[in-house]
Amino acid sequence: MAKYDFVIAVGGAPGQGIETAGKSISQICARYGLNVFTYTAYQSLIRGGHSFLTIRISSEPVANHGDKIDLIIALDANSVEKHLPHVSPGGALIYNSDDVKQEPERDDIQLCPISYKELTNDPDRKKIMLNVCASSVALQLVGIDLAVLEDIIILSLLKRKGQAIVDANIAAARASYDYAAEHFMPFDVQFEKQDPPLAFGSGNMLMAMGGASAGVKFYAAYPMSPSTGILHWMAPNARDLGIIVRQCEDEISVINMVIGAAHTGARAMCATSGGGFALMSEAIGSAGMMEIPIVVVNVQRGGPSTGLPTKTEQGDLWQILGASQGDFPKIVVAPTSIMDGFNTIPELFNLVDKFQCPGMVLTDLSLAEGHTTFVPDSINWQPEIERGELITEQGQTDSEYLRYQITDSGISPRAIPGTPGHVHVVATDDHDEDGSLISDEFTDPHKRRDIMEKRQRKMEGIVEILPPPTLEGPKDAEVTLIGWGSTHGVIGEAAQLLTEAGIATNHIHFKWLYPMDEDAVNEVLSKAAHAIIVECNYTGQFARFLRGETGFKADGQIRKYDGEPFMPHHIVDGARELLSGKTDLYVPYQEIVV
Amino acid sequence: MARRERSTRQERRIKGAPTARDFKGDVNPDWCPGCGDFSVLSALQNAYAKLGRGNHDHLTVSGIGCSSNLPGYIRTYGMHTLHGRSLAVATGAKFANHELNVVVTGGDGDGYGIGGNHFIHTMRKNIDLLYVVMNNETYGLTVGQASPTTVVGEQTKSTPFGNLESPLNPVAMAIVSGATYVARAFSSERTELAELMYNGMQHKGFAFIDVISPCVTWKKEKMKIFDYWKERVHFLEDHDTSDKAAALAQAVKTGHETQLGLFYHDTSRQSLDEMEPVLENGPIAHQPLGISQEQGDAIIQRMM
Repeated sequence: MAKYDFVIAVGGAPGQGIETAGKSISQICARYGLNVFTYTAYQSLIRGGHSFLTIRISSEPVANHGDKIDLIIALDANSVEKHLPHVSPGGALIYNSDDVKQEPERDDIQLCPISYKELTNDPDRKKIMLNVCASSVALQLVGIDLAVLEDIIILSLLKRKGQAIVDANIAAARASYDYAAEHFMPFDVQFEKQDPPLAFGSGNMLMAMGGASAGVKFYAAYPMSPSTGILHWMAPNARDLGIIVRQCEDEISVINMVIGAAHTGARAMCATSGGGFALMSEAIGSAGMMEIPIVVVNVQRGGPSTGLPTKTEQGDLWQILGASQGDFPKIVVAPTSIMDGFNTIPELFNLVDKFQCPGMVLTDLSLAEGHTTFVPDSINWQPEIERGELITEQGQTDSEYLRYQITDSGISPRAIPGTPGHVHVVATDDHDEDGSLISDEFTDPHKRRDIMEKRQRKMEGIVEILPPPTLEGPKDAEVTLIGWGSTHGVIGEAAQLLTEAGIATNHIHFKWLYPMDEDAVNEVLSKAAHAIIVECNYTGQFARFLRGETGFKADGQIRKYDGEPFMPHHIVDGARELLSGKTDLYVPYQEIVV
Repeated sequence: MARRERSTRQERRIKGAPTARDFKGDVNPDWCPGCGDFSVLSALQNAYAKLGRGNHDHLTVSGIGCSSNLPGYIRTYGMHTLHGRSLAVATGAKFANHELNVVVTGGDGDGYGIGGNHFIHTMRKNIDLLYVVMNNETYGLTVGQASPTTVVGEQTKSTPFGNLESPLNPVAMAIVSGATYVARAFSSERTELAELMYNGMQHKGFAFIDVISPCVTWKKEKMKIFDYWKERVHFLEDHDTSDKAAALAQAVKTGHETQLGLFYHDTSRQSLDEMEPVLENGPIAHQPLGISQEQGDAIIQRMM
């Protein structure tokens, strides 16, 4: 079996079917059993502007969009102009010669002009999209059987557009495929079918699916990029899966509804991005105070303020750590891959149910809107579900039920409304064991101390359960790359590239961010070589957090805050620069600008 | 401040038909003596009792403010949530278990001010709740500032030169926003209030009662505030509660008199939970968690 790592990119204006072309090519590769990771650079526009979709295709699993582009499909003249320099030497550029009059100037790549007018009998572009012709040419160049594209055209168009449109598109695809066979040189790399065929989905879809598997029964949202993908999965699947999905008037309503549903016994979840999360802040503290288990997902985009709605960043770490006033138990987790997003949701639900506190998932656009292929059997639809000390049936009537009973673990058995024999009130004011307020008239410093300590004792139990990060890669290394959350794949690949280049590099990656076990984390960090923290924000938020929690100070930092995710070479170049001792901060230059 | 006696915490078993006393909470209200909210609490206890269900079948939800302390003074499941957020929390609770009788209580600042957005949208969605607002036209717990219902010209701590802003009209707002049971009551007319509450609980959809519940501390005239209202309030007469235009006409009437009673009652619209097919199998809080392997396989199939 040949090994290969090949990148196809599609550029054009929104409305030209970039996503459709990208999805078709990715789906075809998935059916071929090839591994795919995609990233779309786009703008906050519905029509006009420019989008650039990168599809990395590999015989091996891939977890980022890579460093090079072998083949670019330019759907408009602007994309030719913009992206001509981004084709790797030996690569190819497919473009529509009807629009691009002057031949692009590159003699180290293959130029593949096609004429839409000549390939189709549709001068007005009413029935056939240019993306169908261009995708067919691309597939021919990498040796994929056209029949797979035909299947996808039928699947995606038949229901919506009817047989005539399907026939016209299949004819155009065939003409384009034949034209390519006749006029262009195929790539040396020819894709071969592997087993098993793979499924294909985004980080948002996988997190939503993880929620369904965990037993989420109530999902609320206010649309906000880049978290909307979760709502868009939940809404159409809701009725089949028995999930209540509500779109609310604002994020404040979203989280308060989730709190109401969770308190009343349903597993409840919501997702948003930084601005919406800011609106949720007060209520997150109320879930801490009332001891209600909820899961909140923050899909970060570029900040501050409205910031960069369609770009990525890891800039909300301090916001999520500091969300809401006062001290209260909480859990913060940052999934390390698209597939980890699926598993993280049921893991977090079990924890928040056990410890009766808010759990927050911190991810970002690069994972949530990135797509990956996966082995269908790798999805565990029946994760373990542990609801902790939950009372749903009548216990001893007339017994004294204390909702906030002071216990060694800090966990008090939780009765849900509707359960006979356990009537109680929960309050956002601080309260006694039985739920009576100890604010206002009944202020009592001793009771306050007792109940505060009870709540915070839960943190000890959480710390014991959360696994510390592990050291990945060679034990004896010259460099240790440290990262958190979404960057696991790209940092891992950079570590491997550095090692292959003679700089032995290992990798420590944080998934569970808070609470942090100081001793366990220091134990791992003590094995670090020249330590470089890699993150996607301006101020080194994680580096400062890690220093605060453990006293650990890295030797150098790589930070990116231009809105685009890391490519492996950004980190490789940064590590080299930092090792040279000239600087302790490296900010990579983003070559591909959309 | 002296600690008040609290009754021992014993789950009292209701024998026979419940009475208002069965809904008395463990903690005595810390409202100012003479506050209108005492009567509202008492009316609510009577309405709960009349409904005939057990304590655990009700959920009383409030926000923050003097009147929002109410769930602590009543024996049902209760949630004393954030300032202004009671309706959102109650909506989530109702969807998790639509068999519960969910009642939301609060004040004018909580509901019409900071919670105004949720107020409008909960009515628009016609969520099956009873919402009782104890409207005293002031922010009592923060020691007497102007509220969204404070009248023009009134001097308060935040409007020492007289209030320049016009008050909003909660009843008219409710009628046009989509509430399907809209009433105004006066705390001193306790029997009528309890009856409106009872009927509101039985109404499927969003039931709203704006209760004039005078503040005896921050209103200049102190106890005379009751005389002020007693002289003004009149019960609606010869009014067709199914006529939305007539209801609105009554609600926007200006002048010396303030109308009490049921303004609008629409039984034609389904509440949101009635329209939700997911709830056909019973409350989601009682459903088994997770999804079947077959459902999962079908999801994966669509991703291939």
